[in-house]
Amino acid sequence: MSTTTSHEWPLWEVFVRSKQGLEHRHCGSLHASDAKHAMQMARDVYTRRQEGVSLWVVASADIHASEPHDKAALFEPASDKIFRHPSFYDIPDEVGHM
Amino acid sequence: MDEPQLPLLLHLADNCLVLGQRNAEWCGHAPVLEEDIALANHSLDLIGQSRLLYQYAAELMGKGETEDSLAYFRDAPAFRNFTLLELPHHGPLAPSGSSQRDFATTLVRNFLYGAWALGTWSSLAQCSDAQLAAIAAKAIKETTYHWQYAQDWVIRMGDGTDESQRRTQAALEHLMPYTQEFWMPLAHAQAALNVGVALSGAQAQSEWSSRIDAVLQQACLKRPPDGGFVPSGNHGSHSEHLTYLLGDMQSLVRAHPKAVW
Repeated sequence: MSTTTSHEWPLWEVFVRSKQGLEHRHCGSLHASDAKHAMQMARDVYTRRQEGVSLWVVASADIHASEPHDKAALFEPASDKIFRHPSFYDIPDEVGHM
Repeated sequence: MDEPQLPLLLHLADNCLVLGQRNAEWCGHAPVLEEDIALANHSLDLIGQSRLLYQYAAELMGKGETEDSLAYFRDAPAFRNFTLLELPHHGPLAPSGSSQRDFATTLVRNFLYGAWALGTWSSLAQCSDAQLAAIAAKAIKETTYHWQYAQDWVIRMGDGTDESQRRTQAALEHLMPYTQEFWMPLAHAQAALNVGVALSGAQAQSEWSSRIDAVLQQACLKRPPDGGFVPSGNHGSHSEHLTYLLGDMQSLVRAHPKAVW
């Protein structure tokens, strides 16, 4: 079988939620023939060390990404707007970690 | 063997260990990386189940027996696994070279055994032996996943290309006769009655049948007629393949019996 199979399964992005209340985070990708198969593969490849309580898989082809050459126009204008960071406040101790 | 459930524990443990070892042969050789990891996971689940059963059996046996002595220092005739589980991955359509394993044979075997294991663990989870019931309850979760995975592949391959259909049907015809051993009145059946469950009765068989029939239908596969050679691995009469499997698995620890990590 290994000599005759051409491995042309589509690529899927895998998102794992590590515990209730946290968001799903991208953790990697894998090849699978369809969504159900991708879900099984994600379970076996990305949650075997108890990493998660929930899985999302998304066909990589369905993700629209920003272009690297747009980087300057998209992201650099934010670099001189430090006032958008809420770092000019003293956080009271009783608030704890933010 | 004084404890009445011992033959059953060893039978269950040997099933898990032998199938776990067999499936692990795909490690590094599966058709794709993702399947490689999945099959290795399943092997580790199976070997984990066998460890719990061997530990319990060793405790009942006393006399210095351990999970390791049971796994590594018994020879083939002492093993009580179903013959189905020790067969190589070659199947009827692949040559016997180890690099030419047949993925359909592997998955059809896991499918046939998984349907049996699911029914068996479900029954044992209700049994009167609390330790065995707890092991069964843990095994149900793993087995449910293995069964889903195997049936999913059987459907994909059966209802797939001409080539995958042909291989899967051939694997089914090759392996199905070996499942007759599931329903023979065996030593473990009496042992099971001692803990209050019937494992090989007509009801268990008909549940198993409906489980696999539903999948075979969806997979466009034809269930072969019953009949043919009835193996007796559960009595210790194995195919020649078990000896080679155990040779692989046991040789290192026998060459270095006191070795530790």
